[in-house]
Amino acid sequence: MRVTVRLFARLRELAGTGEFAAEVPAAATIAAVWDEVVRRHPPLAGYARAIACARNAQHARSDAPVAEGDEIAFLPPVSGG
Amino acid sequence: MEPLHALTSAPLDVAALVSAAAHAADQRAGHPGATGALSTFVGTARGRTAGRTVRHLEYEAYEPMALAALERIAGEVSQSWPGVTLLLHHRTGQVAPGEPSVVVVAASAHRAQACVASRYAIERLKQIAPIWKREVLDDGASWVEGATADPDDEAARAEARRRACA
Repeated sequence: MRVTVRLFARLRELAGTGEFAAEVPAAATIAAVWDEVVRRHPPLAGYARAIACARNAQHARSDAPVAEGDEIAFLPPVSGG
Repeated sequence: MEPLHALTSAPLDVAALVSAAAHAADQRAGHPGATGALSTFVGTARGRTAGRTVRHLEYEAYEPMALAALERIAGEVSQSWPGVTLLLHHRTGQVAPGEPSVVVVAASAHRAQACVASRYAIERLKQIAPIWKREVLDDGASWVEGATADPDDEAARAEARRRACA
């Protein structure tokens, strides 16, 4: 199935893109989407522990399942203000 | 009239936002002049970092989620301090040194709640809003990385409350 991946800030810069479609197996979790992101953008390897995840713009755990058409976002530590 | 919660690429007009918060608080209270306290926090871009000159800051946000975070913070404030109306506006894009990057206005009938709520709101914003800051210097640029954005982290919320009420 296909999901939309969103990357921000440092992750976006390292990947060279902030949004792309990714193909993941049916019943994949957010963690599996991340694995696919790292496979396509190896400079992101090693960031897994420092990021938060969101599914359709809501916070989610990395073991949460994803569905066809979801927007999965990976968020580095925030620094607003 | 300005919305209470927003991300914007346009310069923040502090006076207009303070008026908007007062107006919203009056409306909520049901009569003009109900507001007796407006506690405003304005965060501005610093022109120096670790002894080096900052040309400008660049803010990036995951906008739908960041707006939801601002609304969540306003909800937390109403829960803890029911008489407070909270305005929260944050910039995106390029912000020059000295320019506001964030404006918080807590409006209420009396000062005590307004002061505590505005401090709480900026602490929470820094913890949970998916917004990122990049410092652009004369010789390079770097992302600033602070908190890990987990809104359900109760310890973080307690820390924001402790700082606000200190």
